[in-house]
Amino acid sequence: MDRIKVIEVKEDVLANNDRAAQALRERLHDQGTLLVNLMSSPGSGKTTLLSATLDALRDELSIGVMEADVDSDVDAYTVQGHGAKAVQLHTGGMCHLDAAMTEQGLRELGTDELDLVFLENVGNLICPAEFDTGAAKKVMILSTPEGHDKPLKYPLMFEVSDLVIVSKMDVAPYFDFDLEQFEKNVRMRNPHATILPVSAKTGEGMDAWYEWLRESVASWKH
Amino acid sequence: MHELGIVFHMIDTLEEVGRDNGLTSIAKVTLNLGEVSGVLPDYLLDCWRWAADRSDLLRGAELDIEKIDAVTVCNACGRTYATLAHGKTCPHCGSNDTVLLRGNEAEIDTIEGW
Ligand SMILES: Nc1nc2c(ncn2[C@@H]2O[C@H](COP(=O)(O)OP(=O)(O)O)[C@@H](O)[C@H]2O)c(=O)[nH]1
Ligand SMILES: [Mg+2]
Ligand SMILES: [Zn+2]
Repeated sequence: MDRIKVIEVKEDVLANNDRAAQALRERLHDQGTLLVNLMSSPGSGKTTLLSATLDALRDELSIGVMEADVDSDVDAYTVQGHGAKAVQLHTGGMCHLDAAMTEQGLRELGTDELDLVFLENVGNLICPAEFDTGAAKKVMILSTPEGHDKPLKYPLMFEVSDLVIVSKMDVAPYFDFDLEQFEKNVRMRNPHATILPVSAKTGEGMDAWYEWLRESVASWKH
Repeated sequence: MHELGIVFHMIDTLEEVGRDNGLTSIAKVTLNLGEVSGVLPDYLLDCWRWAADRSDLLRGAELDIEKIDAVTVCNACGRTYATLAHGKTCPHCGSNDTVLLRGNEAEIDTIEGW
């Protein structure tokens, strides 16, 4: 038998994913496509928010959607009904998307002429936070029925997000959701995140979300 | 939960390092794993056994996990404390202006093979 070699590696377990994600981000920057990674628990209102967003913005921006939330095509059909180019990603039971799966989805979608692509990540507040997908912006959605203590229980998700959307504000009073306390809990983990309370149902706060998207797309194209 | 994904990425890296160093077999991989890295050692070991045995380079390879305690330092009083017991709030002075010093790592340290 050959002599045993010991090799020092000293590399993060996800270093190769991080490199692939960075390369993807640069490529999307060169072509002027903003990729937004949408993360949340199942049922927080991602698909509803996307449908409203497509209705509001499809005349000014060309938008694509990649759905990975569930292992069926329901969500992809829904957003297609609102005029988006959409593909369903199948994660094969994996609890998250990584850069390679995202890149494959983008290839399927065809991104050349798209200004904005949403990635609806797998519904889960833990695992998706660990994996860089190559998105330029990370947005997490917390719906008011989930409670204002969630930043304390899932700190990493709140730390990595650029924008935190509080959805279903119309029903906040029924769930004793304390927005001020929620903002404090988020700030403790992430002083820089923007926090936007919205309701896709009543339209409350939705203009601020659309404005955030317009500005993010515009500055990504510079 | 995400341990299988992590193992797949580790194996990609290890196969690359193995190729670069002309190895035909890796017998042992040492991993530094922080207490608050979010990676569960038992799950990781199960996923490792399943996935490593499907790689020619890594078949039978042992995964040795070196656990690292998590320590946080307080910017207000300058003292350190065990992160797992106290979280974000300093037990010495009650401040929330605290920073994790170590315990977040999930890093391949060394490999042994031929
Ligand atoms: N009251 C209320 N319900 C909403 C709102 N947005 C979504 N929902 C409901 O929440 C449920 C889950 O929404 P969906 O968009 O499928 O969530 P997803 O799993 O995150 O994609 C559906 O029954 C929606 O009608 C909202 O702003 N207010
Ligand atoms: Mg959905
Ligand atoms: Zn202190």
